[in-house]
Amino acid sequence: MIKLLTDNWSAFISGFGWTLLSSVLALFFSLIIGSLFAILEVMPSKVVRVIGNVYVEIFRNIPLLVITMFFYLVIPLYVVKINGFTAGTIGLTIYTSAFIAETVRAGINSVDSGQMEAARAQGMTFWQAMKNVVLPQAFKLVIPPLGNQFVNLVKNSSVLAFVAGFDLMYQGNAIASQTFDTVNTYVVVGLFYLVITLPISYYMQHLERKLA
Amino acid sequence: MQNWIDAYSWINIRFLLQGLWITILISVISVILSFIIGSVLGIIRYAKIPYLSRIIGYIIDVIRNLPLLLIIFFTYFGLPAFGFKPDTIPAAILAMTVFESTMIAEIIRSGILAVDIGQMEASRAMGMKLSQAMWHVVLPQAYKKMIPALVSQFISLIKDTSLATIIVVPELMQHGQVVYGQDPNYIIPVFVAMAVMYFVVCYALSLLSKVIDRRMA
Repeated sequence: MIKLLTDNWSAFISGFGWTLLSSVLALFFSLIIGSLFAILEVMPSKVVRVIGNVYVEIFRNIPLLVITMFFYLVIPLYVVKINGFTAGTIGLTIYTSAFIAETVRAGINSVDSGQMEAARAQGMTFWQAMKNVVLPQAFKLVIPPLGNQFVNLVKNSSVLAFVAGFDLMYQGNAIASQTFDTVNTYVVVGLFYLVITLPISYYMQHLERKLA
Repeated sequence: MQNWIDAYSWINIRFLLQGLWITILISVISVILSFIIGSVLGIIRYAKIPYLSRIIGYIIDVIRNLPLLLIIFFTYFGLPAFGFKPDTIPAAILAMTVFESTMIAEIIRSGILAVDIGQMEASRAMGMKLSQAMWHVVLPQAYKKMIPALVSQFISLIKDTSLATIIVVPELMQHGQVVYGQDPNYIIPVFVAMAVMYFVVCYALSLLSKVIDRRMA
């Protein structure tokens, strides 16, 4: 196993890098998109709430692979040529944003509604109250679930292997088919994933316990 | 131009529905198996049996933090090295069950932890054995609390079966690829059809979970 690792070190490391990059980019953009839709879901206007809700329910209930493959195959057909990495990261972002929207919305709802009312009574607009009063409190509550979303994101980024995204899983398959040593290759790939996911999920469990 | 009319010919739609049937079949078998295995693992982890609980806890944490896709690959391409070569559908069911059992084990454990400790103490004080108190008092309350989490795990499982397309399991995603593989003008219609099929099944389940949750509350 050590020999397999040293022989293919550069392939593993580059796969690890693309996996990490894709996950971080997708987390960043899905945090923005997800928070926006979460706010839409708690807006006073019913029409806006429905729009937020439809987005969340659609992308939560369709497999990530379907979304990713759609972008991989359809965007090059009509819009611009994109590579597998970009298509995969777009798919990951949209899929994850729906889950983050749900998480953030739950956070917003658990902030006492008196906070919003008091902020509005002080003369703040809805957006000011949201940005300065409600969201900072909500984000503190949702850090552990968001951390778990990031763990899911890293695991889900393995769909990049379907669209030639050069991620860890993709490199692992390439190495497995060259060396025929499937067992050791997949064990090494697994260890690389665990390096990212295990510390985060243990830390989030620790945070949850502290908050509870 | 995307050719919606030919893409939605009955032959194609029927083929997609056959895929959906395999998707549901794999999901239901896997969820039943993982519910049983996950319950056992969750209870063992909760029970704090010396060594055993800790070892099972580590195994659960490792598997939970791996991508399901990797587990599918390992099952299909790695296990033959140990002299066990499952067919595609059994391999998919095996991989899903291994992965989902650990997810369900964690749901079960936190469900049990959420039941007031006084329930267990009172039952033990009444003279029940640990296993009796667990079976008759704690678990029924725990399962009730876990229904939303279990249903959303089941929804993830249904969506995740699409990953099994990589080992050519004839499920919905794979059948979709076969249909749009005939003609690039089928791509959008087929994706819409697949998305609708997955959505209907998953969304119906999430509505059902909300109804059950409201009834029980």
